[in-house]
Amino acid sequence: MLATIPVLAIVAVLVFLMLRLTPGDPAAILAGDAANTEQIAKIREGLGLDRPLIVQFGIWARDIVSGDLGESFYFKMKVTALIGQRLEATLSLATLTILFAVSTAVPLGVLAAWRFGGWFDRMLMGFSVMGFSIPVFVLAYILIWVVSLKLGWLPVQGYKPISEGFWPFLRHLILPSITLAVIYVALIARVTRASVLEALGEDYIRTARAKGLPESRVLIRHALANAAIPIVTVIGIGIGLLIGGVVVTESVYAIPGLGRLTVDAVLARDFPTIQGVILFFSVVYVVVNLLVDLSYVFFDPRIRY
Amino acid sequence: MATDKTADNADDALSTESADVMRYESAWQRVRRSWSVRIGGCVLLVLLFIAVAAPWLGTVDPTLFDAGSRDLKPGQPGEIITLDGDTIKHTFIMGSDSFGRDIYSRVIYGTRVSLVVGAFSAVVALAFGIVLGLVSGYIRWLDGPLMRVMDGVMAIPAILIAIALVAMFRASLLSVIIAIAIPEIPRVTRLVRSLVLTIREEPYVEAAVSLGTPTWKIMFSHILPNTVAPLLVQGTYICAFGILVEAILSFLGVGLPPDIPTWGNIMSEGRSQFVTFPHNVFFPGLFLAATVLAVNILGDGLRDTLDPKMARRA
Repeated sequence: MLATIPVLAIVAVLVFLMLRLTPGDPAAILAGDAANTEQIAKIREGLGLDRPLIVQFGIWARDIVSGDLGESFYFKMKVTALIGQRLEATLSLATLTILFAVSTAVPLGVLAAWRFGGWFDRMLMGFSVMGFSIPVFVLAYILIWVVSLKLGWLPVQGYKPISEGFWPFLRHLILPSITLAVIYVALIARVTRASVLEALGEDYIRTARAKGLPESRVLIRHALANAAIPIVTVIGIGIGLLIGGVVVTESVYAIPGLGRLTVDAVLARDFPTIQGVILFFSVVYVVVNLLVDLSYVFFDPRIRY
Repeated sequence: MATDKTADNADDALSTESADVMRYESAWQRVRRSWSVRIGGCVLLVLLFIAVAAPWLGTVDPTLFDAGSRDLKPGQPGEIITLDGDTIKHTFIMGSDSFGRDIYSRVIYGTRVSLVVGAFSAVVALAFGIVLGLVSGYIRWLDGPLMRVMDGVMAIPAILIAIALVAMFRASLLSVIIAIAIPEIPRVTRLVRSLVLTIREEPYVEAAVSLGTPTWKIMFSHILPNTVAPLLVQGTYICAFGILVEAILSFLGVGLPPDIPTWGNIMSEGRSQFVTFPHNVFFPGLFLAATVLAVNILGDGLRDTLDPKMARRA
């Protein structure tokens, strides 16, 4: 748990180095093609890029700790403000996706484990391999084509903030979150199945059945409850996949979130924004996994920290 | 192939007659019998053939375009200007894009980029991962710091690392491969390290140590060969991931330059006209999905046959 702090520190160093040790002078990019060497040097000085690397890192780290991610070259505003602006869309998309994925994947996995080796199990495993293989954007276009263009049920793309009403907000997010959920469902269902399968082999399951408990209770109270830890773990690890998917999904569906911001920043070679967004996503990922670790206590009372 | 088949049958006949337990089956035989390996392998062989034989599959140069043949529907005939300036008749099996380029040719040539990126990103990630894993499993004082750095890399979502690196280095085939491989290195390192830590406790390693075998020799002739199976499995998964990420990078417009025919680039070019010409997106998407699926199925087959311990975990 305390290991979280050094990991975050290392992430900060890596993100910093990633963008400083690579070729390409941010000052030259900022100055534009028409600038002469003198102007570039002036901008470099203004950004503090002429100082030693370690000093630059010190300044940068001090700013981060005080909640300042610098100013965007391209958007001409504070990176923190920029992230704040885009947060709602991404957070809504991710929350909806996780809700949708967990509520489908866990029952599917339990059913597959219950009927291990049967047709349902094999179908789910087949689906899971496909879910891992179909690229997010290909799936996105198939869904847009069928659901939005042919059937006309949902909007093709775009985003409506929740302040403009819940239904328009939800309508715009249904397809993106289904798109994003598929790989997540594949992952969680697979682990749920394996984990429940293992629990079903335990003696207490035989005992539960022997004392005449209904099968549903055996599966949920006895098998699933004891299989929970690998499942919550993979939900946490899957956040990494989800973040990757958000970048692509938001681009396809034209959702003005953090994923879109990442791509726009990369295309504009807007270093402070790239750094800020990557750092933000990584912190979210680390913190979510820390929370997952802490939640073990809830699922298994034997665990103590 | 025919002789193989009869040999297989003879093997099967033998195993039902004699005691199953006694019969030793080599890993290669088990692999060959797996349907996942057969199917995935066959699809990949077909794709490899397509990649190599691209110029002879009724394609034209994928960079050729013709203003008169813009936005054709699949199957429509049209014309295209060759590099020499001649105008030739050409049937656009998969239609054409908004520059009048032949999508079929671009998709076929795109196979090359995908396979090369997939294979080489796996090789690069494995090479670095093996060295770092051996170092961290053997040189104990380096283990802690090295693994913390790996934890840090793993905390940054893989696609973000790839996007950022490509953006910084300007996309070329090499930079794309490296950008895809870097986020995969920690996983390989961890795998190799854990294998090294287990294997070095085995009696045969102990025996080698007691015979005075030098450490480097133990590493390369006793430990490394035993990591081949799990690494091969891991390699196929990295390959599938690499193909996917390359397509994502191109699709987002940060990957290889748009004139290079890659599946992601074709889709990226076609997305603005998706409503009227969905085939620009669907044909390369189909190839991409099929390729990644084949590699993943092959990986699952290898895992089930070569690495039963891992198969049980998944």
